[in-house]
Amino acid sequence: MMGASIRFLLGNEVQELSGFDPQMTVLEWLRTHARRTGTKEGCAEGDCGACTVAVGEPGPQGVRYRAFNSCIQLLPTLDGKQLLTVEDLAGSGSDADGLHPVQQAMVDQHGSQCGFCTPGFVMSLFTLYHADGVEIHRQRIDQAIAGNLCRCTGYAPIVRAAVQAMETAPGDGFHRDRGQLATQLRQLRREKSLHLEYRGRHYHAPVSLAEVWQLLQQYPQARMVAGATDVGLWITKELRIFDRLINLCNVPELLRLEKDQAAGHLTVGAAVNYSDALEVLTQCYPGMGEMLLRLGAEQVRNAGTIGGNIANGSPIGDMPPTLIALDARLVLSSAAGAREIALEDFFLGYGRQDLRPGECVECIRVPLLQSGLRFAVYKVAKRFDQDISALCGAFCIRLENEQVQEARICFGGMAGIPSRARAAEQALLGQAWNEQTLRRAQAALALDYTPLTDWRASREYRALAAQNLLQRFYLQNSSPGSSGELSHQPWRLAGGKPG
Amino acid sequence: MNRDSSPDTLPLAVHQALPHDSAIKHVTGQALYIDDLIEPVDLLHVYVGTSRTAHGCTAHGRIRRLDLDAVRRHPGVVAVITAADIPGLNDSSPMHTLDEETLAAEFVHFHGQVLFAVAAADRDTARRAARLADIEIEELPAILDVETALAQKAYVNAPHEMKRGDAAAAIAGAAHRLQGEIRTGGQDHFYLEGQAALCIPQEDGDMLVYSSTQHPAEVQHLVALALGRADNAVTVEVRRMGGAFGGKETQAAQWAVLAALVAHHTGRPAKLRLDRDDDMISTGKRHDFRIRYDVGFDDSGRIAGIDIELASRCGMSADLSGPINDRAMFHSDNAYYLPNVRIISYRCRTNTVSNTAFRGFGGPQGMMGIERVIDAIAAHRGLDPLAVRRINLYGGEGRNITPYHMTVEDNVLPELIDELATSASYTQRRHAVDSFNRASAVIKRGIALTPVKFGISFTTTFLNQAGALVHVYKDGSIHLNHGGTEMGQGLFIKVAQVVADAFGVDLDRVKISATNTGKVPNTSATAASSGSDMNAMAALDACQKIKQRLASFAAEKYQVAEVAVHFAHGQISIGEVQRTFAELVMEAYLGRVSLSATGFYRTPKIHYDRATASGRPFLYFAYGAAVSEVEVDTLTGEHRLRRVDILHDVGRSLNPAIDMGQIEGGFVQGAGWLTSEELWWDGHGALCTHAPSTYKIPVSSDVAEVFNARIWQRGENQEPTIHRSKAVGEPPLMLAISVHSAINHAIAAVNPGQPLPDLDAPATPERVLMCIERYRSCKLCSLTGEDVKDGGV
Repeated sequence: MMGASIRFLLGNEVQELSGFDPQMTVLEWLRTHARRTGTKEGCAEGDCGACTVAVGEPGPQGVRYRAFNSCIQLLPTLDGKQLLTVEDLAGSGSDADGLHPVQQAMVDQHGSQCGFCTPGFVMSLFTLYHADGVEIHRQRIDQAIAGNLCRCTGYAPIVRAAVQAMETAPGDGFHRDRGQLATQLRQLRREKSLHLEYRGRHYHAPVSLAEVWQLLQQYPQARMVAGATDVGLWITKELRIFDRLINLCNVPELLRLEKDQAAGHLTVGAAVNYSDALEVLTQCYPGMGEMLLRLGAEQVRNAGTIGGNIANGSPIGDMPPTLIALDARLVLSSAAGAREIALEDFFLGYGRQDLRPGECVECIRVPLLQSGLRFAVYKVAKRFDQDISALCGAFCIRLENEQVQEARICFGGMAGIPSRARAAEQALLGQAWNEQTLRRAQAALALDYTPLTDWRASREYRALAAQNLLQRFYLQNSSPGSSGELSHQPWRLAGGKPG
Repeated sequence: MNRDSSPDTLPLAVHQALPHDSAIKHVTGQALYIDDLIEPVDLLHVYVGTSRTAHGCTAHGRIRRLDLDAVRRHPGVVAVITAADIPGLNDSSPMHTLDEETLAAEFVHFHGQVLFAVAAADRDTARRAARLADIEIEELPAILDVETALAQKAYVNAPHEMKRGDAAAAIAGAAHRLQGEIRTGGQDHFYLEGQAALCIPQEDGDMLVYSSTQHPAEVQHLVALALGRADNAVTVEVRRMGGAFGGKETQAAQWAVLAALVAHHTGRPAKLRLDRDDDMISTGKRHDFRIRYDVGFDDSGRIAGIDIELASRCGMSADLSGPINDRAMFHSDNAYYLPNVRIISYRCRTNTVSNTAFRGFGGPQGMMGIERVIDAIAAHRGLDPLAVRRINLYGGEGRNITPYHMTVEDNVLPELIDELATSASYTQRRHAVDSFNRASAVIKRGIALTPVKFGISFTTTFLNQAGALVHVYKDGSIHLNHGGTEMGQGLFIKVAQVVADAFGVDLDRVKISATNTGKVPNTSATAASSGSDMNAMAALDACQKIKQRLASFAAEKYQVAEVAVHFAHGQISIGEVQRTFAELVMEAYLGRVSLSATGFYRTPKIHYDRATASGRPFLYFAYGAAVSEVEVDTLTGEHRLRRVDILHDVGRSLNPAIDMGQIEGGFVQGAGWLTSEELWWDGHGALCTHAPSTYKIPVSSDVAEVFNARIWQRGENQEPTIHRSKAVGEPPLMLAISVHSAINHAIAAVNPGQPLPDLDAPATPERVLMCIERYRSCKLCSLTGEDVKDGGV
């Protein structure tokens, strides 16, 4: 059978694997098959980072390394890539017998106590060590390790270790050998599609959209997967079995990220992951920046896709309300053709989306911000980093002469689907942008939503916080001094560094 | 003879900031945890079936049907074990209260209780099979909260009282009186390595157990009981745990017992490793508390009398709830002299997982009560809370007796607090916070300094014993073993430092070895912060025996007095004769000298009579204080920690790097308990926050950018502990009470001049925002206390 095996570099060695369960996770393979037990399982759901590995792909500077949660990463997705685990690092420093600079710094700064999370931190810091052109400061370090939980150290020594290690970056063996490694990886690159089969379980990695359509037509029950940040959990937690998986990550048409100034929109392919989209999105929509950095953590953003966040229909995803407020549209396509709908119309009800058999999400078209549009999105969660929102509010208004000419407000976490706050929007439209209007719009939110109580928040809190987020949006977009407030800065930045 | 001294002493092994002994193994992935051990041939993987998968799953019920046919028929299943298959005792309770069935036989007492175990050649098969059980449970009335338990007088053990003086009279006679309440939430340990055990059957039906446990001797005993064997048939070994924090003190046993039962029935090795969700659902956590107080005080805020009521949710069994609630009582004074005091403690039985040890062991909850009292008094009197703290601190004669009649002899807090308040610029920053708040309507700041005084020793006196085993091999290498377990806290390196120092040799001559019940028997759990205090002393005892034998041998052989034999720098000077350590050891071996010794330590001075709630339960106290500054968003209740300053007393540190790790790490863990870590049960008693996706421990960005933690340089234990050090495992966790107090201070800024806000813990954004809402509309209301005397003022 064509392409019945996968090939990847494990460290510097080519691995060729065939005859394995295609829904096996990378972690399972590492620990039980490759007997590399340095990589740990802490949660098996991509939330603790103990299983973090680095995955290398050819990049502009040789090899680009990114951190992944191996516990929910499917083994066949390694095809054509380089997998590095904690075992690969020692001996790759400037001193061939010694520790990698990241490892040495962790030892020097007492960055490990029980040691169980340590390999994951080492790998996250390794990817930071290899990040191009990054200015190292506390926020950047926090960002690099936000997906790694440590219960012992309180993180302070790990941050100190990061600072120490970055002083020498990049100067390790992987940097030295990057040209050769990139060449090796290019040789492993698969031009054609991949189809694995093991005891009745199939895995397809098509390389064109037409091929995706054909597969969907042929196997309407097949499960489409991209970053597997949800599908991975269905496998590790719900013990679900998928007879047929279609990985969309190698389909060029689904990886488009194009800003079309003339047409006035940004096109984001369904399989574009958050890390790849981050820069463009932040540049086009500055109000999205903080939310994007709080969405998951690096390991999740490196895998998770914007299309996946939409297609899975989760009521708590942060991207759908954000994109709905921006008036985004969705392109759905199949062998029968393509159609374009407003994103908000895609969500029919809890767990139900307007996705027809044989159809896939192809891309999202997001209007570029026209001048005069004010846009912001606020995420509220128990923890600042890597937490699912209790609620997420996205606001987009256009003011003319201090009058609201256009208003789109959408919340996540307030209903079974991300949905517009129509009553609040109506209360704003055509009105003067002042406190009186704000109060009316806040009151109208009670008509828009009847939120539920769950472990993330009570209905009372959700209702009140939603009103307050609207107030925040008002404060940040009203004339200075009108509220006697720190109205023009996100509150987190208000203080600066304490004395 | 603690140490051989020499004028040209090189840095001693003790007091040095050495890395953790496993640091290099940690960073290279070579450190082995239970699931990393090379798997024995024929290994079976065990998984558990719990009441979660039952029809009519409930927190309390009678098992009507436990049909495991589908489980047994699942391809690859090798064995299924139920309560009926246990040859010995079906009980995993740590204190022989016989209230914790290893496998539920007739009743379930909480949501997630284990009913059976299934074994297969791979873990995936065992997990899938476990979900195929057909279980029906008939629902019985369940008690889910403290209020219901109190109303029904449902307790896991009897209410307990502690008193001194006449609290009621003193409160009645005081100038001011406040009453109030605070609730603190539970906490999941979230050790990164979940519960795990590997059992390998031996000849004679004996069992070798590798367990991720803080208490190998108890795992040994419970496995023996389950198998119907004597303790000597079971050997338990643990090299290291991937975190424990109290969560593997009693909670590790059940899984080892289940793996042992499978190994016993099949004759094959068996491994059980819980998935994170099952770990969080089926193992105990920190007790949540409701604390009420009634306090009388004078104009200056000095307490005259106080009545404290503690009620905790213990869950379905006693576990360690008795001593945990006792410790909450022991720390209801924290650092303050309470001249007239009554403390009553209710240990509520509820149909929830049995709560258990967690770093601090009740102490944090006790302290939260009294620190709230101090803040409430300060707000009521319009005083800086630090002034009220200072005026209530333990003092000299007449102000140095605890509620349990122990004299506080080593209080260093007045000077330690002064030093910290100065280095952290507390007063200036409090003014700065006030002026910031006057100018800022949405963002509010708060600052607080809170102290910690934590009693060191197991309050169950007999547990204060430890053993060690030291061998010196004839090549001069040293094998070190003791009863303490390594869970990341650095116990092993500290004890090794003490041993290297004792023999005057380099640290790399000392081989650290796994804790093993076959080497040191009858050990207590590594808990109560006592690990290095006790095990280092026991190891030192063993070293001194061997040194004594070597010195006697050398003195006789070279005809010098024993006092002329000195051990230092890997050398032994015997009068004028110099021998390397290895040379003398070989000579002693040839001279037929025993080079192996056991060591033992029992903590001196301590005694406690629980009937009268009086005595000296602690050898000494550990002290510390912290200043935290926070910023609160009054629109969402979100908050950020801006700056933390800590000054902590570890006596003369055995290893400042290790101790600093405990201080920083303990603080952050405590801050998690009081802010983002929320356990949320549904109305039927099912825990819904059972994975890191829903249960949020701190991450790096939650740690203040300015985080000044310091070891108090003047620290020195007054008691003759090992090298005058102090225990450090638990005390720093309670420094984080300053974070909670600071958040409450920030909330107070939304309505200046009112009594104290009534923020409970954990201070999630929701709890903070709802507290703000209540507080905005309050006018001298009774949030944290109503002044019964001058209520209208």
